[in-house]
Amino acid sequence: MSVPSPVPIKPVITHPLNVIVATDCGSTTTKAILIEKVGGEYRQTYRGEAPTTVEAPFEDVTRGVLNAIAEIEELSGRKILDGDKIITPCRDAKTGVDIYISTSSAGGGLQMMVTGVVQNMTGESAQRCALGAGAIVIDVLASNDGRLPHEKIERIRTMRPDMILMSGGTDGGAVTHVVEMAEYISAAEPRPRFGATYKLPLIYAGNKDAQPQVKKILGEKAALVLTDNIRPVLERENLAPARNKIHDLFLEHVMQQAPGYKKLIEMAGAPIMPTPAAVGVIMETIAKREHLNLIGVDIGGATTDVFSVFDGLFNRTVSANLGMSYSISNVLAEAGLANIMRWVPFTIDEQTLRNRIKNKMVRPTTIPQTLDELQIEHAIAREALRLALIHHKSLATALKGIQQERTISDVFEQQQSGKTLIDMLKLDLIVGSGGILSHAPRRVQSMLMMVDAYEPLGVTRLSVDSIFMMPHLGVLSTINEKAATDVFVRDCMVYLGTCVAPIGQGKDGDRCADYVITFPDGRVDKGQLLFGDLRLVPLAGDQKASITIQPVKQVNLGAGAGVSVTREVQGGVVGLLLDGRGRPLQLPTDHNARVVALTKWYQAVNLYPVLSAQK
Amino acid sequence: MAHSYTPGLTVTEHTTVRRRRMLSLPGGVLVATGQIVRANQAVARAELPGKVYPLNLANQLGVAPDEIHEYLVKKAGDPVRKDETLAENKPLIKWLKTEVLSPVTGVVESVSTVTGQVLLREPPRVLELLGYVDGRIVEVIPQQGVVVETDCSLVQGIFGIGGETRGEIVIAVTSPDEALTPRHLTVDMKGKVVVGGSFVSSDALVRAKEVGVAGLVIGGIHDKDLRALLGYDLGVAITGTEQVGFTLILTEGFGSIPMAGKTFALLSAHAGQPASISGATQIRAGVIRPEIIIPKQADAAGAQVAATVPQRDGIRIGDQVRIIRDPLFGKIGEVASLPSDLQKIPTESEVRVMEVRFADGSKAVIPRTNIELIEGS
Repeated sequence: MSVPSPVPIKPVITHPLNVIVATDCGSTTTKAILIEKVGGEYRQTYRGEAPTTVEAPFEDVTRGVLNAIAEIEELSGRKILDGDKIITPCRDAKTGVDIYISTSSAGGGLQMMVTGVVQNMTGESAQRCALGAGAIVIDVLASNDGRLPHEKIERIRTMRPDMILMSGGTDGGAVTHVVEMAEYISAAEPRPRFGATYKLPLIYAGNKDAQPQVKKILGEKAALVLTDNIRPVLERENLAPARNKIHDLFLEHVMQQAPGYKKLIEMAGAPIMPTPAAVGVIMETIAKREHLNLIGVDIGGATTDVFSVFDGLFNRTVSANLGMSYSISNVLAEAGLANIMRWVPFTIDEQTLRNRIKNKMVRPTTIPQTLDELQIEHAIAREALRLALIHHKSLATALKGIQQERTISDVFEQQQSGKTLIDMLKLDLIVGSGGILSHAPRRVQSMLMMVDAYEPLGVTRLSVDSIFMMPHLGVLSTINEKAATDVFVRDCMVYLGTCVAPIGQGKDGDRCADYVITFPDGRVDKGQLLFGDLRLVPLAGDQKASITIQPVKQVNLGAGAGVSVTREVQGGVVGLLLDGRGRPLQLPTDHNARVVALTKWYQAVNLYPVLSAQK
Repeated sequence: MAHSYTPGLTVTEHTTVRRRRMLSLPGGVLVATGQIVRANQAVARAELPGKVYPLNLANQLGVAPDEIHEYLVKKAGDPVRKDETLAENKPLIKWLKTEVLSPVTGVVESVSTVTGQVLLREPPRVLELLGYVDGRIVEVIPQQGVVVETDCSLVQGIFGIGGETRGEIVIAVTSPDEALTPRHLTVDMKGKVVVGGSFVSSDALVRAKEVGVAGLVIGGIHDKDLRALLGYDLGVAITGTEQVGFTLILTEGFGSIPMAGKTFALLSAHAGQPASISGATQIRAGVIRPEIIIPKQADAAGAQVAATVPQRDGIRIGDQVRIIRDPLFGKIGEVASLPSDLQKIPTESEVRVMEVRFADGSKAVIPRTNIELIEGS
């Protein structure tokens, strides 16, 4: 169903690339990294950041870019800027860079509205198409979405998307509904978010028989682009042509209107990519290279992007209002206070917590200064990650509405079409990125945040983006695969370790499983994992150990209840995490009991320097 | 990391501000460059196309979409009144006749022979754009809007709700650390911009609505009271369109926090003068903050000293700063030193810090990202 995320056309670069400066213009900060070829291999050497300047009073994204690069200049001693210009190519060993490249999600990223005929069929296909191209979907309109026609028109009028993607109908099918939607859009006269005078880009990727009518209705009112149907037949999605058009239009229209982007495009030696599209490229590359099923997450200030590759199928979603600064208050609104509080190992009154979260929302660049504040932010991050994965699971599905062949054995197991593709038992690797995960003071904090939020089942490896550079490497891989791979392997990807989590529940202190770990030096560690236990076994990143786990009869490790499993597990900077807390993870409901349990777990893995509860 | 601090909120007695006043769709500009305008004067006007009503005539008449032209009484472009016949069939037997009446007054915008749908559009609604501040027009953007400039005193808040409004400034409390209670709010405050101190309680918010104040400017509020006022939990700080009866501006943040002395003193000095205020807040990179603009009185405006707030390159020793994160949230002090090396804070993060000295002579080490410059000093 899904297709690779769009990759821009490779620019022709004639000179050698030995020094590269890359930026990611995020919603809060612009992050710059310097990559240099050191003795035959590429390494990330310096990093700088500055506030993003896409909106008032600066309204020129290049200001933030130049500030971030100026910081690299300061740290590295290399002269990169000549006034407002980046010196390319290198003039000598200490002057200039060979190329400048960038990604961007500033100014709210690429905001799209999509339309379909049937909400959970072409509507969802259009949504998947836009999400995969790196967009934030602000609304999905469909003929059967329950809204009255005038409500649809009003909605289109009031939203100001950067682009609209229209889908609907299979090729050769009825044209009425899709033409009707075109009429609504035409009546609404939608206007773009930036630039009052230019036409809104609109991609039509529906029933090809309706193209002439759609052209007649919308040709004058929008910058209309016709492309192949994203659902030519019910049983198949064809998302690539529309995704590529989204990417082209993003560069040709939307970016040209955003403040300062015209200059940014001129400065860059390769097309600017939307940040999520660039991260998507990296996630797919990892999955393909290592033949893995993976879930990747990029948790930012405004949004949380989730990527998955299962059996080669790539999916991406963006939870537009789940994030750790601008959207932090929305995490509270969506998760509820109780769900956040369940991860906090001390008592805090509701009013204080609510006020603190709102104060972070209005002053998003602040950082936790005390341990209590750090633990609260980590609690919120767990909920943001958890909610974003739920969202992802609901969209990363098999196609809905298609006929399924059933045999007599299926009579007792009636599965609906459109089952989620995310199978936590088949999951090999979780990759975390974004400020809260990349910059956690202890790596074990990132690991436990992801384990608590995602509740991996069986044996799962975890890793994190060292200092947040996946977007940069995503765009770099489109011009120099070797440079991107070198830096990715050596400087970006930090393997945290492996989590072993039996499925099942039991009383705290009861036996969950027996385990035998054989280390590379021949040492053997035999033990018993009890329910309610969280145990950390040191195992370095370059080491592999063999683990045999014999679960008790009601507990499963993927091979069936009570069936022994032997696996080779990889270490990491954190190690091997044996999680006997049970799956699904259930925390004590009583406040005091919960604080005791959290304190025990956090101490067991040495999560924080001094736990507040002990103070 | 020269820029790793939060650009602060401006609180200044004298500055020149320019406000871009743009129509949301093309229209006509009503004023000329150089013209003096009042805050409540229309500076541009546009016609907002009327609401659209789709009507499926083919279904209602029981005919094929491509046949509907034969039944139409009104054609595309024709004006139509509410309950006027739009289309009818012509049966042999009269009592089988079906008439489709127009549900609105407007024009027939289009007729589709593919879907059998007729789109009716209501008459346009006139949209007037006000000047917002007393000032002069310094730029006209044809069909789109103007730029108004004014010499004024300016106070930026940290967060607000509600749109643009205007009223006379009235100080309801005696000091910046006094909370605003219902007893402070009297009926003569109707239509005025009421300045409170450290905190507004939920019953004071109810009272403010009863009195009909134009705006409330206050140090802090509890999140739960804001939620009660709005009727929902605010997820993302993009505001300005709320309609709670008045515009609310917080100068400090959430909780009970004394209004900065400088802010309170400035507003107190202008009690009785008209102010233009806006609660619109957009917390994104390069934010939009709520504001209180007090235009200089006609006699003072003659001075014409261009006193715009200078662009700051960074933070310096001696600058006044506000701490914007716990455990010292809301405290105001001055920069004592700016060590350049990274320092480990209690969370174990290594960050750029600064040393802040408070009025009582005590000092604290604070991450640079957790302070805000008090600008316009």
